[in-house]
Amino acid sequence: MTRRDWGDLEIEIIIGVLLRTGVILAAAVVVLGAVVYLAHYGLTATDYRTFHGDPEFLRSLTGIVRGVLQLDGRAIIQLGLLILIATPVARVAFSAVAFALERDYLYVWVTLFVLAVLLYSLLGSH
Amino acid sequence: MMNILEFSALVGLGSLLAGFLGALTGLGGGVVIVPMLTLLFHVDIHYAIGASLVSVIATSSGAAAAYVREGYSNIRIAMFLETATTIGAIVGAAVALHVSGGSIAIVFGLVLLYSAFLSSRDRVEQGEHLPPTPLASKLRLNGSYPTASGMQSYNVRGVPAGYSLMFGAGVLSGLLGIGSGAVKVVAMDQAMKIPFKVSTTTSNFMIGVTAAASAGLYLHRGYVSPGVAMPVMLGVLAGSLIGARVLVKARVKVLRYVFAGVIVVLGIEMIFNGATGRL
Repeated sequence: MTRRDWGDLEIEIIIGVLLRTGVILAAAVVVLGAVVYLAHYGLTATDYRTFHGDPEFLRSLTGIVRGVLQLDGRAIIQLGLLILIATPVARVAFSAVAFALERDYLYVWVTLFVLAVLLYSLLGSH
Repeated sequence: MMNILEFSALVGLGSLLAGFLGALTGLGGGVVIVPMLTLLFHVDIHYAIGASLVSVIATSSGAAAAYVREGYSNIRIAMFLETATTIGAIVGAAVALHVSGGSIAIVFGLVLLYSAFLSSRDRVEQGEHLPPTPLASKLRLNGSYPTASGMQSYNVRGVPAGYSLMFGAGVLSGLLGIGSGAVKVVAMDQAMKIPFKVSTTTSNFMIGVTAAASAGLYLHRGYVSPGVAMPVMLGVLAGSLIGARVLVKARVKVLRYVFAGVIVVLGIEMIFNGATGRL
């Protein structure tokens, strides 16, 4: 392939594929978790009227992974939701690379700033 | 009292409709999800906000994947304005801990009604004939989009006003767990004079990143409940994919009326529920 600047359109097409893949993967994992969850708890009564907060293991990446390994339906759903939340983050990370290939350094910095804010929220200890 | 199977099926169905409306209007499914979950299904507002935030990421990413190929969205406008919306979202999520839900709902209802008023005003679709502002040119925000008569270029104006509105949109997103599509579209369409179709699609594109900025915080706090978020996310996603197909075919004028009507109803609903202490 010859060296040339990337066009906006090519970047947008790749972003489209990235978003689609992330959402499909997330949805597939959530469906899988839903099957396990509904098979176990489907006939149990719901109670979302009062707020208790999620059990501790559903609040962190390590806890979710532990739950998935024990085939806990809620943990599998939560993993799918994490993939979904990570999808726009991956989109921003890719955009930083794309702007660098376009030699648009102003937008490399703009994009890295957005990425830092997202990673603070996703990975920071709150 | 419903069992989990019934709850999942009904919430999933309602979310499908919400996702369809959300994608069609550029509002995102979230604004419909929170009232539906709290009023209809009596779900605690914390869980509703968590599920809603996740669903707007699904709406935005699912629909944006379809839009970007059409060439309507402007990724520089999106990325530049996301510096305002993501910071705003984190501020909003932090503020949510200290302010009463009722007063937030009233303020937000007023913002929605004001947005509807702005978007229903007669306005000539001629942003492309205005000269660009120096700041917009420096930030390379001007662009072009496909129309029936070929590519149409447009110039961006009102960058400081649009940027400030975007910060506000981010705060509301983090506070209420919505995509703030209404405020985002107003910022771009009204303040920055960006063509409506570019505004709605770029807004949809930005919603996912804005929501992701506060979703992490909400997940760590235990507000994202798998049992609520699962049917909401799957339903909204399916609905938004159908809505995205319709949007590409719909005419701008019809879209604006639908858009204005939906935000008026939601605005009244927010004010009513805020005033009666239900939110």
